[in-house]
Amino acid sequence: MDALKKLFGGNTRQFGMIFALVALIVLFQILTGGLTLTPDNVINLFNGNSYILILAIGMVLVIIAGHIDLSVGSVAASVGIIVAITMRDWHLPSGVGILLGLIIGAVIGVWQGFWVAYVGIPAFIVTLAGMLLFRGLNQFIGQSNTVPVPKDFTYIGAGYLPEIGPDTGYNNLTLLLGLIGAAAVVYFQLRARREAKALGAEVPDQWVTVTRLVLIVAAILYATYLFATGRPGTSFPIPGIILGVLVLIYGFVSSKTIIGRHIYAVGGNRHAAELSGVQSKKVNFLVMMNMAVLAALAGMVFVGRSTASGPFDGTGWELDAIAAVFIGGAAVTGGVGTVIGSIVGGLVMAVLNNGLQLLGVGADLTQMIKGIVLLLAVAFDVYSKIQGRPSIVGLLMRGIGGNGGNGNRGVPAQPDETTKTTEVLARES
Amino acid sequence: MADQPVILQMQSITKEFPGVKALSNVSLSVKAGEIHAICGENGAGKSTLMKVLSGVYPHGSYSGDIVYQGEIQEFKDIRASEHAGIVIIHQELALIPELSIMENIFLGNEPAKRGVIDWKEARRRSIDLMARVGLSEDPDTPVKDIGVGKQQLVEIAKALNKSVRLLILDEPTAALNESDSQHLLDLIRGLKGRGITSIIISHKLNEIEQIADSITIIRDGKSIETLDVKADGVDEDRIIKGMVGRALESRFPDHTPKIGEVLFEARNWTVQHPTVPDRLVCKHSDFFVRKGEIVGFAGLMGAGRTELARSIFGHSYGKFLEGQTFMHGREVKMHTVPQAIDAGLGYVTEDRKTLGLNLLDDIKSTTVAAALKKITKGLVVDMNREYQVAEEYRRSLRTKAPNVDEGVSKLSGGNQQKVVLAKWMFTDPELLILDEPTRGIDVGAKYEIYGIIQRLASQGKGVIVISSELPELLGLSDRIYTIFEGAITGVLDKDEATQENLMKLMTQARKNAAA
Ligand SMILES: Nc1ncnc2c1ncn2[C@@H]1O[C@H](COP(=O)(O)OP(=O)(O)OP(=O)(O)O)[C@@H](O)[C@H]1O
Ligand SMILES: [Mg+2]
Repeated sequence: MDALKKLFGGNTRQFGMIFALVALIVLFQILTGGLTLTPDNVINLFNGNSYILILAIGMVLVIIAGHIDLSVGSVAASVGIIVAITMRDWHLPSGVGILLGLIIGAVIGVWQGFWVAYVGIPAFIVTLAGMLLFRGLNQFIGQSNTVPVPKDFTYIGAGYLPEIGPDTGYNNLTLLLGLIGAAAVVYFQLRARREAKALGAEVPDQWVTVTRLVLIVAAILYATYLFATGRPGTSFPIPGIILGVLVLIYGFVSSKTIIGRHIYAVGGNRHAAELSGVQSKKVNFLVMMNMAVLAALAGMVFVGRSTASGPFDGTGWELDAIAAVFIGGAAVTGGVGTVIGSIVGGLVMAVLNNGLQLLGVGADLTQMIKGIVLLLAVAFDVYSKIQGRPSIVGLLMRGIGGNGGNGNRGVPAQPDETTKTTEVLARES
Repeated sequence: MADQPVILQMQSITKEFPGVKALSNVSLSVKAGEIHAICGENGAGKSTLMKVLSGVYPHGSYSGDIVYQGEIQEFKDIRASEHAGIVIIHQELALIPELSIMENIFLGNEPAKRGVIDWKEARRRSIDLMARVGLSEDPDTPVKDIGVGKQQLVEIAKALNKSVRLLILDEPTAALNESDSQHLLDLIRGLKGRGITSIIISHKLNEIEQIADSITIIRDGKSIETLDVKADGVDEDRIIKGMVGRALESRFPDHTPKIGEVLFEARNWTVQHPTVPDRLVCKHSDFFVRKGEIVGFAGLMGAGRTELARSIFGHSYGKFLEGQTFMHGREVKMHTVPQAIDAGLGYVTEDRKTLGLNLLDDIKSTTVAAALKKITKGLVVDMNREYQVAEEYRRSLRTKAPNVDEGVSKLSGGNQQKVVLAKWMFTDPELLILDEPTRGIDVGAKYEIYGIIQRLASQGKGVIVISSELPELLGLSDRIYTIFEGAITGVLDKDEATQENLMKLMTQARKNAAA
C-alpha cells in the first residue's frame, strides 16, 4: 500500500484521472468480454474522438487564460463547409484546401480575439455570439446541404500509416513510431531526473521512477501492438498522428516557453501579470485566435472522416471539449490546467462513450452517465485539493515526456490569508 | 491583571500542512479582559494559530485542545467560533469593496424578519456601531471609497455586531499610517474597558509594547515564552530577543553610501485620476535619483506616492498628462510596463495579493516571472536555470519554505513579500521602486531587506523607497522627498531630516511650509 502511495503521488485517494482512465478501460474490457481492447475498437475510438481532443488542446489554453470558447463547434462547421465547397467548385487540391481552412480559422480567430482582448467583451458573450453567427454561416453557405469532399481529402480524417518495408505481419511504421515513442519517454524522463538531481532538487525514489517508466513503456508498447495488428489497411490513424504532434507542440509551448508562462500568469492574476510586463491583451488575443485555428483543423478532420460537410457538424463539441478540460484538472477561474491533463480527460469521456456503446446502452443513458462522471471527476479534484495535495494528473504529468513543471498547480482550499472571499461567503451561508 | 480568570487556553496545539509542521505543541493562555499580543517572525505560525482558534481550520484538522470559557471547544467552522463570541479580523481585509459600510457590517448577520432584511433596523444599528468605533461616515458609503484606516474600523464594527467577547486582530495596523494606527489602538483599549479581550498580532513592536498586557512569543511553530509586559518590564529589544533568539544590535545594517551622478529624473510629471477628470494625482512633480542613492518618499496615506510610482512605471496608473523621464540624462518614454522594464525600472507593489503575486504559482516561477527572457534559450524557458535562480534567492533572502516548488499561496505574508522582492531583484533593474517593502515583515527580515536594499545601492543602482513608517525612511534613505496631495512639498537630506520636519512637510502644501 505504501508503495502504491509513493508511486501515485503520496496518497491512495490520489490515483486520479490516469488511474480512472486505466480502471475504466479495464472495466469495460471485462464488461464487454474483451471487445474494448481490440485493434479495431481502439482505432475506431481514436478516430471518432480525435477532433474533440484537438479542440481540448485549444480549449485548455483558453480556460487557463480565464476565458471560455463556446463557438468551436460552429467555427469547425463553418470552416468545413467553406473548404468543402471551394474544393468542389474551384477544384482545389486537398493540401490547398487544408491551408485555406486554417487561414479561415485564423481570420475567425482574429475576429473573436479582437472583441475579447481589445474591446474587453467577456469571451463567454463573444463566443456565444460566434456560436450563432458561425452556425448560421455554415447553413447559409451550404444552404443547409451536405457537401461531399474529394477522396484524398479524407486522408486527414480517415487515413492510416502506409505499409512499407518487409512483411513482418505488423504495420512497420506503427511499430517504429511506438518504439521511438517509448525510447523518447525513457530518455526524457531519465534526463529530467538526472538534471533535477544535479540541481539538488527532490527526486522520487529510484524504484518509483523505474516502475513508472516500466508501466508507461508497457502501455505504449501494448497500444503499438494493437494499432499495428488491425484489419488489413488499418494501422495508426492519421488523426492520431496529428493529435500526437499537437500534444507535443502545445505541451511544450504551454510549459516551457515564455508565451506559455504568460498564459498561466494572465489567468492566475492579470494585474500582477501586467505589472510584471506581460502584455495580457496580446496573450488573450493569441489564445482566442489559436482556439479558432484548432477548431478549423478539428472541423476538417471531422469532414475528412465523414467524407462530407453537413449543416449540423460540430453541434455540442464545445461542451465535450470543455468537459474534457475540466475533467483533466483545469479550474473554472483560470490559471490552472495542463494540455496532457485535458487529453486524459477527453480520453476518459471517449472510453466511457465507447464502452457504453459496446454494451448497447442507449444515447439517453449514456448522456446521463457522462454528466455524472463530469461532476464526480471535478468533485474528486476539488476534494483532493482541499486535502492540500496537488492533483494527481498534475503530479503524474510532471515526468511524462520530459514535459514537467506546470502540472503542480493545485489550488489549496485554504491559502494563507487569501481565504477572504471564501470566508465572507462562509459567514454568509 | 495577574489574578484575572483565564478566558482562553490553547493546549499543545499541533497543526501540520503537507510537508510543513506549522505548529508543534503550542500553548497559549489568555486572561479575560486583557490585550494579549502574539509576536514571532514571518512564518512562525501566528496566523495559523489564530486560524485554528477561529475555526478556519476546523476541529480534527489539528491536535490539541482549545479551552474557552472553561469548556473544551470543537469549532467546526468560523460560524461556530463566532457563535461562541470569537471573531477574527484577518491579516488582509475581508470587506466587499462595492458594498456599503452598512451592508458590510451586516454581511452574514443581516437583521431580518422571515428572510427579508429589515433595513431600518440595520441602519439604526449600524449608526450606533459606527459611533462606537468612531466612524462618522454615511452608512451608505461604499467601502471602496473610504481609506484603509476606516475600513479597519468597519471590520471592528462588524465584529462588535457579532457580540464579540474575544477579538483577534491579525496585523491590523500593517497597512495603516501612524495616526490611523493610533486611533485603532485607542479603540482596542476602549474595547478592553468594556470587557472585550483582544489578541493582537503585529510586527510593529512599538505598538505592542505600548498596548499589550502580555505577550506570547512563537518561534518556528513553538511557543517560546509568555511575558507580562508590566511585571517583566518588557521593551522592544526584549521582544526581539525572544523572537529571533538573540539580541539585535541595531535596526539598520551599516552602510556608507557611494553616490554618483544622476541616474533617473522626472520633470513636471503630471497625471490625472483615472476616472475623475479634473483631479490631478501627480502635480508637476520634479525629482531625481542618483546612482547608489536610496531616496525615500514620505507622505500620508493617499498622498499620491503609489500613484506617482505607478504612473512612472509604464503609465500603469491614471491618465498621463505631461512630463518627461530621463535615464542617464537621456529622455526615455515609458508608455507600457515592458518599456519601463526595458528602460531599467522595477516596481515592487505595496499590494502583493492583488497586484504582486499569482497565488496559483510556485516560488520558482514567480521569481523569474518578470525576467523570463533572462533564462530563455531560443524559445525555451530553461527550467533548470529557473530552479537555480529561485533557489539562490530563497537562500539569500532566507525565505522560509521547504523548497522552491512550494506554492506562494502557502507562504506566510512576510515570506510572500520576499518572493516578490526576489522577482524584481532578478530583473536587475537600474532603478528599483519599492512600495512599502517591509509591510508585514518581522524585524529580523526587515534588517535583511534593508541590507539587500543597501547592497543594491552599493552596486550603483538607484532605489526609491515609499514607506509609511518614518523611522524606516529616516534610517534607510539618503534623501527624502515629501508628498502632499499629489505635489512634492520638499526634499530633505539624511542629516537634516527628522520625524517632526518630515511630518510638517507631509501635512501641508509647499507655500504653507515655506511660510
Ligand atoms: N495552507 C497552507 N499550506 C501549507 N503551508 C502553510 C499553509 N498556511 C501556512 N503554511 C505554513 O505554515 C507556516 C506558518 O505560517 P503563518 O501564516 O501562520 O505564519 P505567520 O506567523 O502568520 O507569518 P507572517 O508574520 O509572515 O504573517 C509557514 O511556514 C507557512 O508556509
Ligand atoms: Mg500571518
